[in-house]
Amino acid sequence: MTDRSDDRVRQVSRLHRVMARPEATAIAGTALVFAIFLVTAGGSGMFALDGVINWSVVAGYLGILAVGACLLMIAGEFDLSIGSMIGFTGMVAAIPPLHMGWPVWLSMLVSLACALVLGFVNGQLVVRTGLPSFIVTLAFLFVLRGLTLAFSIIVADRTIVSGIGDLAERDPVVRLLFVGTVGDGLFGWMAQHGLIRALDDGTPLVRGIPKVLIWWTVLAAACSLSLTRTRFGNWIFAVGGDAGAAKNVGVPVRRVKVSLFMFTALCAWLFAMLQICDIGSAAADRGLQKEFEAVIAAVIGGCLLTGGYGSVIGACFGALLFGVVQVGITYTNINADWFRVFLGLMLLLAVLFNNQVRRRVTQTR
Amino acid sequence: MAPDPASEYVLELDSVSKFFGTVVALKDVTMRIRRGEVHCLLGDNGAGKSTLIKILAGVHPPSRGTYRVDAEPVAFDSPRDALDRGIATVYQDLALVPLMSVYRNFFLGREPMRTYGRIFRVFDRRLARQVASERLAEMGITVRDPEQAVGTMSGGERQCLAIARAIHFGARVLILDEPTAALGVKQSANVLRLIARARDKGISVIFITHNVHHAYPVGDTFTLLNRGQSMGTFKKSEISRDEVLNMMAGGQEMADLMSELGVRL
Repeated sequence: MTDRSDDRVRQVSRLHRVMARPEATAIAGTALVFAIFLVTAGGSGMFALDGVINWSVVAGYLGILAVGACLLMIAGEFDLSIGSMIGFTGMVAAIPPLHMGWPVWLSMLVSLACALVLGFVNGQLVVRTGLPSFIVTLAFLFVLRGLTLAFSIIVADRTIVSGIGDLAERDPVVRLLFVGTVGDGLFGWMAQHGLIRALDDGTPLVRGIPKVLIWWTVLAAACSLSLTRTRFGNWIFAVGGDAGAAKNVGVPVRRVKVSLFMFTALCAWLFAMLQICDIGSAAADRGLQKEFEAVIAAVIGGCLLTGGYGSVIGACFGALLFGVVQVGITYTNINADWFRVFLGLMLLLAVLFNNQVRRRVTQTR
Repeated sequence: MAPDPASEYVLELDSVSKFFGTVVALKDVTMRIRRGEVHCLLGDNGAGKSTLIKILAGVHPPSRGTYRVDAEPVAFDSPRDALDRGIATVYQDLALVPLMSVYRNFFLGREPMRTYGRIFRVFDRRLARQVASERLAEMGITVRDPEQAVGTMSGGERQCLAIARAIHFGARVLILDEPTAALGVKQSANVLRLIARARDKGISVIFITHNVHHAYPVGDTFTLLNRGQSMGTFKKSEISRDEVLNMMAGGQEMADLMSELGVRL
């Protein structure tokens, strides 16, 4: 501080600085939720290995969507069509192998191309019309869901197609990427030595780490690093914080936004591929309300609805909190209906807190 | 681009006019900016100041007349062309993102990069923080923490940040659009001090304002605009503050107003 500066400085405590980080609410909320479940469901098996896998898989699926939604929200936009995109890309990947004899890898690749084109169209519509992305993608929520149902009936004469799981397992590339678990050998060895629970025949109860968790971790790490450590990440914050200012210093605002719409579509596709391989079937109504869950996870994770602020790590904790509560509540004596009540309140609390943060950061003295 | 030392002037406008349809925004304006001077452009609202700086910044081409940079006629197609010749404009909106930190704003769009393992090109945040702090300190601005969000800074600090950024990225001519307009007394003084410091580094500053009290202390030369025409360019030694004030439309208007209100001078 020099004598020239006309600001008065208040020393801020370390705690205050930690609380000012975007992911603080989500981490604190998750810690609180863990504490509650340790007390109410500590002995129920929720924290045994199979229990942990149960809720972390739920968190992992949502986490993949939340990472995409979070980056897009930081850039100042929404994508409400990702839920419908899950149903759509799942059907595009599942119907051709079952009804037209395509190899699974090819249909999945075509499905990915469809997702990227849809993301591109969403993004172009938003940046070219200047309309709120909320309304543009809401339209696509309905259009895509309807198209998925209609085309499923036309092509396959049904809205649920099963048997894709077996085909996926026989396709070496798809199997490697999306089917089953990782570390089966290690888990088998641990079961043999009595380190983890085994079934009567000696195979472990949990065969390995589900691939969705690997994808989630890799995706979250890559996106978090991109957001905070790269030029593109800096631009994401800038286009969400003040698109006009970003444009004036030479940031390609439209390109940043459109590429993030394409990335959220890619996340929806990834979700769908993992899910059809896991469940073994595809259905036109998959991914219902996932767009809202992803937004909730991102907001609980500290993203501002108006853009320009947030963190990938926070969004991941938002997804984790979601998974822990949704699955954990079934381990307690509490009626599972309370899950939504709790989540709604958590969302409200997070928004109030985030609003406070924004006010502190944007108010000029 | 090596400046032509033969020319005393870095920027010259020769009988420049600008028409928008039937509107004459500027008429035969001649203005010459010396190297390393603070040139104040004074005028009331609607005098044509904004049009003039947009011509200088490459936003509009002049309808008539010549614009020379380093004695060489130029025809800028975009602000980018002007920037490439070292002519940087700091507009009133400052092009800063409030939610982002000081160092991220400082380097926004021109982030320094470093390469990890030959593949990963990442934003060199350490360098960015260090350079931003150093450059701001050189200009006499101490930032508590380069991680601080710009939104928490005062208007004066933000103005100084935007100016320091333009200087760091190679401005030889700095066009400042009403940099003290929304500021308090003390913050204005900080900005004026920064303008003087930029001049000491050899940068030419075009300081647009309608506040004579801000222009007179730092200005070396004064050009007065009134209704799209230049009322002349004066060196500080040739003109007093009151004369400047009177030559601006405001001087006569204020005198009229005071007599109207019955104030005795």
